[in-house]
Amino acid sequence: MVDSAKPDLQLEPTARAENPPPDYSRLRTVITLVAIIAVIVVFWEGMKSFSRANDYELMIGGMVIDLSNFNNTQLPHLGDIFGAFFEPAQRNGPPLYQTLLSAALFTLGEAMLGFFIGAVLGFLLAVIFTHSRLLQNGLLPYVVASQMVPILAIAPMVVVWMRQIELSALAVPIIAAYLTFFPVTIYALRGFTSVPPTELELMQSYAANHLQIFFKLRLPNALPQIFTALKISATASVVGAIIGELPSGIQDGLGGAILNFNQYYTQGPPRLWATIVAAATVGILFFGVVALTERLVVRWQVKESN
Amino acid sequence: MTAIISIKNLTKRFRASDGHEVHALENINLDIEQGEFISLIGPSGCGKSTLLRIMADLIQPTSGTLSVNGKTAAQARKDRDYGFVFQNATLYDWRTVAKNVQLPLEIMRFSKQEREQRAREMLHLVELGDFENKYPWQLSGGMQQRVSIARALSFKPGILFMDEPFGALDEMTRERMNNELLKIWNNLGVTCIFVTHSIPEAVYLSTRVVVLSPRPGRLAEIININLPRPRGPETRDLDDFFHLMSRVRGALRGLGATDGKHIESY
Ligand SMILES: Nc1ncnc2c1ncn2[C@@H]1O[C@H](COP(=O)(O)OP(=O)(O)OP(=O)(O)O)[C@@H](O)[C@H]1O
Ligand SMILES: [Mg+2]
Repeated sequence: MVDSAKPDLQLEPTARAENPPPDYSRLRTVITLVAIIAVIVVFWEGMKSFSRANDYELMIGGMVIDLSNFNNTQLPHLGDIFGAFFEPAQRNGPPLYQTLLSAALFTLGEAMLGFFIGAVLGFLLAVIFTHSRLLQNGLLPYVVASQMVPILAIAPMVVVWMRQIELSALAVPIIAAYLTFFPVTIYALRGFTSVPPTELELMQSYAANHLQIFFKLRLPNALPQIFTALKISATASVVGAIIGELPSGIQDGLGGAILNFNQYYTQGPPRLWATIVAAATVGILFFGVVALTERLVVRWQVKESN
Repeated sequence: MTAIISIKNLTKRFRASDGHEVHALENINLDIEQGEFISLIGPSGCGKSTLLRIMADLIQPTSGTLSVNGKTAAQARKDRDYGFVFQNATLYDWRTVAKNVQLPLEIMRFSKQEREQRAREMLHLVELGDFENKYPWQLSGGMQQRVSIARALSFKPGILFMDEPFGALDEMTRERMNNELLKIWNNLGVTCIFVTHSIPEAVYLSTRVVVLSPRPGRLAEIININLPRPRGPETRDLDDFFHLMSRVRGALRGLGATDGKHIESY
């Protein structure tokens, strides 16, 4: 058995290292991405030129579509949105991309702090719930209920509270954390408690204590699920930070920029669209960083990909 | 010789959540001596795993007494007197082979140097010395099971409980694993309690084969296996080997069942 199994197990990794086969899967991903963007561009601009060429109301299945909706105010040209990045938002000001970059970094900072607070809080709640059925039954309903309250209703209250205790700077991160902790609690709890019974019995057969069982079994068992939660939380924290900026009157972030460009929308629609692109980019980047960390930490998961 | 495991009037009933009772084991009496190789055999659901888990203090008996190494089963577990090999290998996905073998040593706070040395030694024993840095999913089922045996032996327990460790293997691999296990048993002098569904396996390995009858699980018959040692491929061709196999088979069919009476093989 040893002889028959050894060769293919040992040859595979070295063969890969010396002569890596061309990685078509990555190429395919890139091509797919480009294709999707191309389709969106064609569709977007196609709608616009179609509406310009046919200045009437379109009947589709009894529904009336007013083609004038696709005018340059409601739906700017993609080229104009792209171009807006390089034009100053205010007269004699820096080009928009500079404004947006500093706003994005500001919001990302808030989001990351909120993400961190939320992740730690969510994790601790999951640890407590794992070890106390009583607290789990008593508190979990409130944790779930907390997410039923719209963040838009919570945000102004948090701002007021934080102002009162003179910690205004923490208001936005806390609002972001409010969106962040929940997935972490739910997924981590699931990961901590979904340990196969025999894996737990194995620990018992060694007379392992609770701490050892947690760190050597429950935590590693939960890591894939925790990272799933962290990826959800990363994007949610960006949304939370942007929404948190609105009632706090913070001007330095993307939330402030959205408010501002929304107010003066008719004077330059592409600027708001460009800000939305910037916000989406921040979310994607944050997601990417967490996904990359997951790859470094959860190494053993490669089995799924082969 | 004194009994290393002594079971007296042991009964186990499970109460399911719907209030329905499952009578898993009824009045089991069994003494196992130092250095024995005991196989538990019986139809599915007759309580073999339950008996093994009770001996390992993973579940509690309903009534009866039990001593392991002259202490309670709970104390023996706390003193790490036994290793347990589960039916599925139960390796941790996130640990390499060597790290899996080191798991009990980490829990028992062995030094890093000792952990590494023992893991190497045990993997060598099960002929997996070259696979230290592989992950469990890179190994075949039989190799995984050998890692699990190496792990159970790593802290040198005096007793080894094994719940159908080779159940999922093909006949050829199983026979090779049987030989490896006999070698280990011989070299380390551990007492083995081994659950199996395979009659040839039970006869080939054991000093005694314990046949359990189902619903409730009772000790139907204990068959002494007086085959010469060391055992090897030629053992399987002996007339006595076939004779003993048919005795076990007969006991399983309920032919020779005399309810707990100890029956010598000759
Ligand atoms: N935790 C439990 N709760 C309720 N009933 C159980 C429990 N564990 C086992 N049983 C019942 O006890 C009986 C014996 O189970 P056990 O797992 O010991 O059988 P076994 O001989 O090991 O069977 P197999 O050969 O299929 O592994 C079965 O009827 C089973 O349904
Ligand atoms: Mg069983």
